[in-house]
Amino acid sequence: MKIKGYLRNNGAVGIRNYVAIIAASICAGHVANSISSKVDGTVPITHQHGCCQVGDDFLQTERVLVGLGKNPNVAATIVVGLGCEGMIPEKIAAGIKETGKLVETLVIQKEGGSIKCMEKGIKLARDLVQKVSCINRTDVDISQLILGMECGGSDPTSGMASNPVLGKVSDLLIGDGGTSILSETTEIIGAEHILAKRAVSKDISDALLKVVKRCEERAISLGINLGEGQPTPGNKAGGVTTIEEKSLGCIYKAGSAELKGVLEYGESSTGKGLYFMDTPGHDIESITGMVAGGAQIIIFTTGRGTPTGCPIVPVIKMSGNPETCKNMLDNIDICVDEILDGRETIDSMGEKTYKKLQEVASGKFVKAEMIGHRELAIFRLAYTF
Amino acid sequence: MEKIKAIVLKERDNVATMMNDVKQGESVIVMGPGFEKELLANCDINFGHKVAVCSILSGDLIFKYGESIGRAVQDIVEGEHVHTHNLVSNRGRGDLVRS
Repeated sequence: MKIKGYLRNNGAVGIRNYVAIIAASICAGHVANSISSKVDGTVPITHQHGCCQVGDDFLQTERVLVGLGKNPNVAATIVVGLGCEGMIPEKIAAGIKETGKLVETLVIQKEGGSIKCMEKGIKLARDLVQKVSCINRTDVDISQLILGMECGGSDPTSGMASNPVLGKVSDLLIGDGGTSILSETTEIIGAEHILAKRAVSKDISDALLKVVKRCEERAISLGINLGEGQPTPGNKAGGVTTIEEKSLGCIYKAGSAELKGVLEYGESSTGKGLYFMDTPGHDIESITGMVAGGAQIIIFTTGRGTPTGCPIVPVIKMSGNPETCKNMLDNIDICVDEILDGRETIDSMGEKTYKKLQEVASGKFVKAEMIGHRELAIFRLAYTF
Repeated sequence: MEKIKAIVLKERDNVATMMNDVKQGESVIVMGPGFEKELLANCDINFGHKVAVCSILSGDLIFKYGESIGRAVQDIVEGEHVHTHNLVSNRGRGDLVRS
């Protein structure tokens, strides 16, 4: 099965062709944003971290920044740093360069301040954008796709319509040799035993149960009832009462494929098939983790409706709620509400959605992209020092 | 007049999910795997929310998708709204282990 994509030097396939301006730390964010604002074809990747971080928390943020630059939707990168931050811009750049793509580094303190750095960055970005504009889409195999699966603003229609449809899409993609990532560890609490049974080995089953236990123990150690925040007020207003109920609806996204592995936040898979990534239930942190792990495309099921996008990856929105499918068409790309009254079936909508996935992969824009939603957030493991 | 429906997903479930809004006293057609029954809503229940399809005792597990979604903290009668006022989670309960 072929789609039209951008073949990269390392054999990976991108479905978008961005020049990413990546800030190594929060201090370089404004310069990165300013460079990007002056050059069409670039996207800024800015965040609130990159300094005074230690241990695993530091390593995770570093892994995510490198992973975002390595994502095959990024054709070339400029890494911008201040010069004294913990997150070394040259090290981020070196990690991204392993893919063989063009990477430049700018350090504000070396350039002599923000304005001089912006000026140099704009010229570099302009040259990179012109170079990558000569890369054309060619026929590539759909097995090169990594689909990140997300749900947010969930309500009972998520578990009855949109998540099962996504599960069907996941099965179809995996059947064609591709990869799907299920995420949001909080939102498999109560259903993890069902997913663990589908693991290809005991090690992977144990790894899944371990990450769920780690997440649940984090809530318990705070002495609070997880139910205060999960399900969210919107989930509860829609009828989802407990995290178990939410999770049992969420795992329908995983379809029926066997579970090949469990990934840490922002980690890349080594094989094809269905993987689970340890991410929080926070939609934007979860998507950022999967994209850092190599997902070139996201399908995001939503009951209540959400506008979330991503700087470097198209986020396809799907809803099974009839009201949302009427009132939030600014943001919803695919409506599957006809499943609820039997006018459509999960299998049929799954096949149709898989075709739409191929269209988006081959270049068709989705609503989040077109109206400029570019949310990004990095999950932290510890407080800043 | 269009019938008000609720869906039971698995045989083991003791709640159904409303596919329409229902007002107190109105009839609901509950459709499940291989069965259909009628009950009366004993309060207003919105689309997407759960209605008890049989009586449930305080402390009993509540089942949806064939799995436990928590436990009842009050006695619940058939036709009653099941939600945060009478159903609590059994997971992530750091509040119960506070020393």
